[in-house]
Amino acid sequence: MALLETETLRKSFGGLLAVDGVSFKVEVGQITSLIGPNGAGKTTLFNLVTGLLPPDRGTVRFKDQSVTGWKPHQIARAGMSRTFQNPSLFGRMNVLENVMVGRHCCSDSGFWGCALRLPSQKREEQRIRAASLEELDFVGLAYLASFPASALTFGQRRMVELARALATEPEMLLLDEPASGLNTSEKRELGDLIIRVRKRGVTILLVEHDMSMVMGLSDSVVVLHNGAKIAEGTPVEIQNDEKVVRVYLGGEVENVAAG
Amino acid sequence: MKRLSTGIWADKGGIRSSVEDEGGTIAGRLRGLVPVIGFAMAVPLLHLVLRVAGTEYCLTQLTMAAYYAIVVTGLGLLMGYAGQVSLGHGAFFALGGYTTAVLTTHDFSKWKAATGWLQEAHIMVARQDLYGNQLVTVTPWAAFFAAMAVAMIAGCLIGYPALRLRGHYLAMATLGFGLIVAKLLVGSNLTGAADGLNGVPEWILMPGLVVSGKVPVRVQNYYLACGLLLVVLVLLRNTVQSRVGRALKSIHDGEKAANSMGINTAAYKLKVFLLSAALAAAAGVFFTHYTAGIGPSEAGALKSLRYVALAAAGGMSNLWGVAIVSLALNYFSLRGWFGTYDNAVFGALLILIISLAPAGPLQPAAAWLRRRGWWRNAQSSHHGTP
Repeated sequence: MALLETETLRKSFGGLLAVDGVSFKVEVGQITSLIGPNGAGKTTLFNLVTGLLPPDRGTVRFKDQSVTGWKPHQIARAGMSRTFQNPSLFGRMNVLENVMVGRHCCSDSGFWGCALRLPSQKREEQRIRAASLEELDFVGLAYLASFPASALTFGQRRMVELARALATEPEMLLLDEPASGLNTSEKRELGDLIIRVRKRGVTILLVEHDMSMVMGLSDSVVVLHNGAKIAEGTPVEIQNDEKVVRVYLGGEVENVAAG
Repeated sequence: MKRLSTGIWADKGGIRSSVEDEGGTIAGRLRGLVPVIGFAMAVPLLHLVLRVAGTEYCLTQLTMAAYYAIVVTGLGLLMGYAGQVSLGHGAFFALGGYTTAVLTTHDFSKWKAATGWLQEAHIMVARQDLYGNQLVTVTPWAAFFAAMAVAMIAGCLIGYPALRLRGHYLAMATLGFGLIVAKLLVGSNLTGAADGLNGVPEWILMPGLVVSGKVPVRVQNYYLACGLLLVVLVLLRNTVQSRVGRALKSIHDGEKAANSMGINTAAYKLKVFLLSAALAAAAGVFFTHYTAGIGPSEAGALKSLRYVALAAAGGMSNLWGVAIVSLALNYFSLRGWFGTYDNAVFGALLILIISLAPAGPLQPAAAWLRRRGWWRNAQSSHHGTP
């Protein structure tokens, strides 16, 4: 069953056609990767799916309902969470509080409840704190809980952002180039982590340039070029697809297969 | 809470985790109480000092300064947490004050058909004014609710369109709003034109508790105003250190990311704007009963700018700092310390504070206390390691 399905999605910025009639599916419980050269429209497609940009045309279906034109916060509440290409932690909060923001959609105390510290709000706050610590522990950074977010390394910020996205209890997680800027050991950790996330039953859509990671992790790969989908299939099929090799993988097919 | 594999409860190289404190341990809770207790002790102490010095009349200006501090604290929440600037808080203060003043001084006896049942419902009351004329006016409590309603409607009309956009549209919209309100107040006879309104009656909150500037209730009113300020501070502190507070801070730090975490940023911005406008309007109502009148200068752009500057000087997101700085500076200003240079001295002081201690003057003091391990609060830990 497809958890996410887009149909002839289209978006242009002025004269630039960033996403040109893209239709693809993400199956439940799978890791699907979105690859393509820089400027192929991957991040724009992410923004269309998560509601940060409204599409000019086409539809996005999530969990068998149309979420086209929904606001990002509505889509997040429906069970779709994401990370950004540049980790966007909240600089004035500590690490744990950053993750606690992720619990926002799983909690509902309002202004009055919080101002008066009603018993229900206190209990909820305890639950938020405990769940957030568990997510931090899941990415292996619980010991950084009380550090200011601004004091973390780039790789740690990535991981905290991932913990924050997981704290929303998503059914689907969208990762925008999670490996960029990470060193080799951090990349390995990230790969393990993504597999552990999938084991929790979270469906993953990945935008990534690191081909060994994409080919190693993905159940299915979608290739974009100049805003259009040029191929879709398993990693093996993609590596042997002539069109893909020509526009994107270049002469490195053997290397990638070996890696 | 279960113990996690990485064992974060352990002391790591002297960096004690603030997680435990905020998690509701007794020590953490006590530390959170320090500013509350400090404030609650400073208020009677100040009263005692003034009494011994024989200058108890200064309580009048302190009371007024406390009401102004409520406006500035609410503005601090808006600026420091939601990252929005309002240049119209003077107008909200005036809207609250003027609505109350008009309703409680205007003679409604001509409305014969309606005044009967309105008096029975305790919405209107027959009374005498200062010159012994018989009037039928709205009761202070009813006027209070009307004033809040007027302020909230105005807040929605300005806030709703302006806050759906990212950027400083709220500042522009509120600036225009403030100028319009000030012009309307000066131009209308109903609001007493340039003279403003006076003869506003006292407000009996409950038997034995009266909002009035009369000398016999001066002490009572000082404690009432400071008590209200303390209640506002505690409620806002609770809000800030909660799910709602984190949502507000996240809007300030990264609206896109906040949106993607399921936070309806437009709704939060509107709510916090309305909350701070409501605080300004409520302060205006109390102030008007206390001084028995209100003038058009309260709505002026200079007043609104002063509130913004005070919030900035207090450290914006540091609500205690904002309250104390605005209490002190407004008090000195009301006592006439700055003479004709009032606005200039104000500006200079604010420039000094902002350039020497951008996070507010309380920040260095809090850092010192924290180093000694006496006090730690969530707000100060956001600004990084000291």
